[in-house]
Amino acid sequence: MTNNLPFDFTVDKALKKVFITREFDADLSLVWDAFTKAELIDQWIAPKPMVSKTKYQDFKVGGKRFYAMVSPDGQERWAMQEYTSITPKTNFKMHSAFADKDENLELPGSEWDHSFSEENARTTVSIIIFNESLERMERILDGFTKGMKMSLSNLENLLATLSKKR
Amino acid sequence: MRRDIFQAIADPTRRAIITLIALQAMTPNAIAENFQTTRQSVSKHLRILTECQLVKQEQQGREIYYSLQIQKMKEIDIWLDQLRTLWETRFSQLDKVLSTMKKQKK
Repeated sequence: MTNNLPFDFTVDKALKKVFITREFDADLSLVWDAFTKAELIDQWIAPKPMVSKTKYQDFKVGGKRFYAMVSPDGQERWAMQEYTSITPKTNFKMHSAFADKDENLELPGSEWDHSFSEENARTTVSIIIFNESLERMERILDGFTKGMKMSLSNLENLLATLSKKR
Repeated sequence: MRRDIFQAIADPTRRAIITLIALQAMTPNAIAENFQTTRQSVSKHLRILTECQLVKQEQQGREIYYSLQIQKMKEIDIWLDQLRTLWETRFSQLDKVLSTMKKQKK
């Protein structure tokens, strides 16, 4: 897939803040929906073969989204997001924390700040993620790298099977 | 308490120490000369860096020299690469979702 859309990814020196900026070839209302409606978020937020599953969402200040990242072997990694500020089609902020399936939070979590702007039918999204706990920062990747490694080993198995057949 | 590389670089003084000893191995006294803080505080930072396995101590005569373990620093690069890849993957999936949404709107 050809992709020339501007993408910027940086971290601050202390590795506590991550700055992500990306342009999308779609107008603001679509991009805003894709970031704020659970049924759309679930379609892109989990890197395949992981799957995102939202149990419930209430997109308003003080409202929450409770969801799980599910790995191919069925393991669920639950997390709770709480919306702390919403300026429609401009900005929203949330607090995010890992949790167990019964909604018991594992604090501290992280603070997320999303800003949206549109120019010439393209939308730029800037995300700032602030992690108070460094240990948590490290853990962010735990589940995903496991999922990605799993998909790689699936691929290896598949290739091995295919090459045997030839 | 858990010690890891993330903790090592969270502190500005420790980042400065890392930059100093990246150039050459140094004694605690030589390191401390570069800071306004006490020798004791520098020792504390060096201890944390050692516990994070980011620096190595070497005895030369009566002096102890501290040097940087470059290999350990690479762990940060690897971690950052993975995080960046995660977001690239997400966004290319989002591109597809947006393009489907566009078609449905028409």
